[in-house]
Amino acid sequence: MNNYIYYPGCSAKTNAKHYEESILPVFKELGFDLEEMEDWNCCGATATMSVDEKKVAAINGRILSLAETAKKDILAPCAACYLSLKKANSFLTGGTDQAAEILARLKDIGLEYKGTIEVKHPLEVLINEIGLEKIKEKVQRKLSGLKVACYYGCQVVRPFTNFDDPDYPESMDKLIQALGAEPVEYAAKTRCCGGALAANLEEVGSKLNYILIKEAVKKGADVITTLCPLCLFNLEIMQSKIAKKYQVNIKMPILFFSQLMGLAFGLPKEDLGFSRSLIPLKAMWKKLENGGANEQ
Amino acid sequence: MEIQEKVIFEEELDVNFLNDIKKASLCEEIDRCIQCGTCTSSCPNAEYMDYSPRKIIAMIKGGFKDQVLKSFTPWLCSSCYNCQVRCPSKIKITDIMYALKRKAIAENVYPVRFPIAVMDKEMDKILTTSGRSSELWLMLNLFLKTLNPLGLLKMAPLGLNLLKTGRLSLKKESIKNKKQLRKLLKSVKGGT
Repeated sequence: MNNYIYYPGCSAKTNAKHYEESILPVFKELGFDLEEMEDWNCCGATATMSVDEKKVAAINGRILSLAETAKKDILAPCAACYLSLKKANSFLTGGTDQAAEILARLKDIGLEYKGTIEVKHPLEVLINEIGLEKIKEKVQRKLSGLKVACYYGCQVVRPFTNFDDPDYPESMDKLIQALGAEPVEYAAKTRCCGGALAANLEEVGSKLNYILIKEAVKKGADVITTLCPLCLFNLEIMQSKIAKKYQVNIKMPILFFSQLMGLAFGLPKEDLGFSRSLIPLKAMWKKLENGGANEQ
Repeated sequence: MEIQEKVIFEEELDVNFLNDIKKASLCEEIDRCIQCGTCTSSCPNAEYMDYSPRKIIAMIKGGFKDQVLKSFTPWLCSSCYNCQVRCPSKIKITDIMYALKRKAIAENVYPVRFPIAVMDKEMDKILTTSGRSSELWLMLNLFLKTLNPLGLLKMAPLGLNLLKTGRLSLKKESIKNKKQLRKLLKSVKGGT
């Protein structure tokens, strides 16, 4: 039972390797052997969209048609890829003259896209297809005692609101709860981290990320989990800038939700990319040990 | 405080600007704006903008082409789509911001050393030639183009940390079938 082809996107191969390192084994554990798309290209993210509209449709059209050739729907863990592909898909299947032109150009290079592909985010598949019951069955090691702020960011829940609420989504919270951890009430869960702006405009980036981290600290979270490589990156690298600018000492671990899933499933800790964290995880491990002890 | 009077005369306005923007995909609903300001109040970056999103919409409708295209506002839009999902008139504001960015780049009036505009252009270049983005090369090009060697220096500790954790690739990423991609991109060129 596997109707998905894995589209990693550029981040999962570089700064978000631990996303791939955790999402693939977790899905395997759940019976999904995810095969990576052959010779996939970048989705263009927010950059190409700011430069050339036709180009975005064309490069995403290439990805969609590669999936169609493989006869599989796309599983895209990165928020920017997910959105770009979904947006291009709705454009290319819209029946407009502009869409017809791009489709014709794709045909010229031997790629046909009939519009049969769906683009999904892993979280959507975990919640709606696999289901929390099956996930609970797989849990070997409950993450008891761990308080988690689930951060969704923007582009998975907006503007395509397919599987959760655009303002106050809850799917990741339910998932984290199924692992035995405790999701905290996190009002900032869909507030923007600044995306590609954050690192380039430090003043904007440090403030936006400070709001996100401060709220998590206030709610007693031990860790923030996210589903977007850029959110994770910003939340990590901004902490030193926040410390300087706002005179605070914050060491908030930022992890992919899939890393916590792998941990709860009893997969080897060393294989889930925890060593890639830029923030020390010591306090979190200690909390987990204690949490487990309290449970017994 | 010195009070300055800013007057823009009717002949300085561009009556075609609104129609130009409406032609971009997903921007056709802009006429329905009721100026309620939900976009501005939903925007995480509004306080840094020279014109709020609500004002930008009004200015597009009024034909303030020059002011709008030179504005920092589109470049401070981080594409969070908050305004877009909340707009009671269902105007796709984030997509309008994208249309403005494209137009500003096409007409070469974007804020020249503003890092976001330069980064978007550089990333577009990298992926047009190789099919995939390479963060290290993107950052290097960005700091070169924005004439900001100090910025590069400041990034060094982070770069080292990323290298240590295996999260920075030194090689230029690329797809195999570059020829196919280039042919495709060449054939669709010319769209804004």
